[in-house]
Amino acid sequence: MTSPIAGGVDCDLHPAVPHLTSLLPYMNDYWRDQVTTRGMTDLVSQSYPTNSPISSRPDWRPGQGKPGSDLADMQRQALDPFRVRYGICNPLYGVQMVFSEDMQDAFCRALNDWLVKEWLDKDARLRGSIVIPTQSVEKSVAEIERCGKDSRFVQVLLLVMGDMPLGKRAYWPIYAAAERLGLTIGIHAGSAYHNPPTSIGWGSYHIEDYVAQATAFQTQLTSLIVEGVFARHPALKMVMLESGFTWLPAYLWRLHKFWRGIRMETPWVDRAPLEIVRSNIRFSLQPVDAPPDPATLNRLFDHMQSDELLLFSTDYPHWQFDGDEVLPPGLSGDLVRKIMIDNPLATYGRLEFAKETTP
Amino acid sequence: MNVQFRPEPSTSLSLKTAIADCDIHPARATATELYPFLAKRWHAHLETYGKQAYHGMMEGPPYPKAQPNASRRDAWPPEGGPQGSSLSFMQKQLLDPYNVALGVLNPLASGQGLRNQDLAGAICSAINDWQIERWTSKDSRLKGSIVVANEDGPTAAAEIRKRAGDPNFVQVLLLSRNVEPLGQRRYWPIYEAAQEIGLPVGVHAFGFGGNPLTPSGWPSFYIEEMVGHSQCQQTALASLVLEGVFERFSKLKMVMIEAGFGWAPSLAWRLDKTFEKLHSEVPHLKRKPSEYIRDHIWWTTQPMEDPERRDHLFQTIEWIGWDKLLFATDYPHWDFDEPSRVLPAGVSAANREAFYLGNAKKLYGVA
Repeated sequence: MTSPIAGGVDCDLHPAVPHLTSLLPYMNDYWRDQVTTRGMTDLVSQSYPTNSPISSRPDWRPGQGKPGSDLADMQRQALDPFRVRYGICNPLYGVQMVFSEDMQDAFCRALNDWLVKEWLDKDARLRGSIVIPTQSVEKSVAEIERCGKDSRFVQVLLLVMGDMPLGKRAYWPIYAAAERLGLTIGIHAGSAYHNPPTSIGWGSYHIEDYVAQATAFQTQLTSLIVEGVFARHPALKMVMLESGFTWLPAYLWRLHKFWRGIRMETPWVDRAPLEIVRSNIRFSLQPVDAPPDPATLNRLFDHMQSDELLLFSTDYPHWQFDGDEVLPPGLSGDLVRKIMIDNPLATYGRLEFAKETTP
Repeated sequence: MNVQFRPEPSTSLSLKTAIADCDIHPARATATELYPFLAKRWHAHLETYGKQAYHGMMEGPPYPKAQPNASRRDAWPPEGGPQGSSLSFMQKQLLDPYNVALGVLNPLASGQGLRNQDLAGAICSAINDWQIERWTSKDSRLKGSIVVANEDGPTAAAEIRKRAGDPNFVQVLLLSRNVEPLGQRRYWPIYEAAQEIGLPVGVHAFGFGGNPLTPSGWPSFYIEEMVGHSQCQQTALASLVLEGVFERFSKLKMVMIEAGFGWAPSLAWRLDKTFEKLHSEVPHLKRKPSEYIRDHIWWTTQPMEDPERRDHLFQTIEWIGWDKLLFATDYPHWDFDEPSRVLPAGVSAANREAFYLGNAKKLYGVA
């Protein structure tokens, strides 16, 4: 195995909301009443059924309650053993599944306030992602501006499967707000289930949905690149979270080839897709979808032709690795340092900013 | 790729050794060319209501192509008609200069993906008769693909069995995008019949099934559809594996056509890794997903993976297997792969032969 080093940044931690009722203290009277009177159920997404093996490592599963719902567990199981300087919290509570933009907005605000109060305020290593009601771009921008005042928020979080492809111009005010406030855009695995979870319809199985997440990232990258998001926002960084990355080289060969062939359709794409990815797109480390032999993995790293693309992640509490083997075998010391420290700090501008301004 | 206008087909690059072209698209010269093979009631139906697919356009594709009919600018037959509609010009431009010993026809604008299942079945059957009459009976290098009403399992299976033992056909053809993912049980009668008559099932990129082209809805551009074929194909293959199609139909062979192959290793690794954790959900699978893929799946090469460094290409092919790739040009489409330029130097003679011809002959059972 490859040993982690101290002082890294864990870019993908999932604090779990115990239940929808846990957010009630963060809602106004109207929404508290809605939740209670209508008998609303907990918002657990099919992307991560609570008891699915993939949703929690067996030895990280608590005696009761949802995996990842207890700060002490997260400290003991992830923050302490991997000796991280920062851990970025990406709540995956299923607020995106809601169809009303008003309800989505209320739940996102409650979720973000809950994150501050129950997590960020309680462990100085933790940083947050702003969950936004993507059905309303206007409300999303307002929420980014509201939360962005707290420098511990370092990222805006989107799901990889939503209502529209993420490159669509309607979403651009979100990217403009993020860029203006120095926030990174994180795109995480998971679906709002407002569209079928694969590009060819509904499958039968949870495993099918999970495998399909990687293809959803591929279509989103294409959308973001060809719509011209990075021609408009060249400094914007986006991170693909829990996306897998071993698909990237072959994906880029294909995108590059078609871009060369039909770039007249999208003349605003001013750089080759490969260059855009190198400058603007990053990937969380876990899951590593490759055989566990160092030779194959190092070949894949070679195919990626850059050591700046990967950001350290445990994907806590999801089950992606066992023991302390969070880094795949065969990584050089230089690459470990890049993945764990240099790349995340270069990606999340607010991490260093927070260090300077937080007492 | 993006072959520019050439007044005369290039013959300077003629290949001495024979090749197989596993993806050729024959077209009809006129709208009524199919009528002799189609019952009269459908002539009136087509003229009144047209072919209604799972998208809104009465004519043409929802995402406009980059060139007319997505075809090479030099592929218009001199006698008129759309690209790919003239056998003599196809012989002159493709089959003769490139020494094509086996050419597999994949008719795309067929009855597949139509909402009216009776019409779909009638047109598919007519297209199959048309392939024999206009193509395979006139040039023995060409072999047809049985097109079927993909959403109507019993009708599709009957059409496949009707063609059993017919040497004009070497595969059953499906498209990647259907009403449901291809592993779903509504499609199993197709696999059962194909296995029974001993033909592989080809899955060509394209088609419409009513689902948005991404899991986040409809994209804006043709390039997104084109690049996206590989994501649709990956999902289709994952569905086939995870539903247990290859467990149920253990002799079934399938060909992934025109959707790339570079994604295959990563998909197989991801499937295996996820299966390690979630196998209890799919107890009907007796083997690792990658093993089904290794044993049951072949891949056509066009559009050829084109990394900057050729060792990356070779490593990718080694992960898949030199015995699983089938050369294809995609004639007459614009992203035609020229046989002499596809494979970089540094490939052994045996692998080269397998890539260009041997694998296809073996898979399609053609001497």
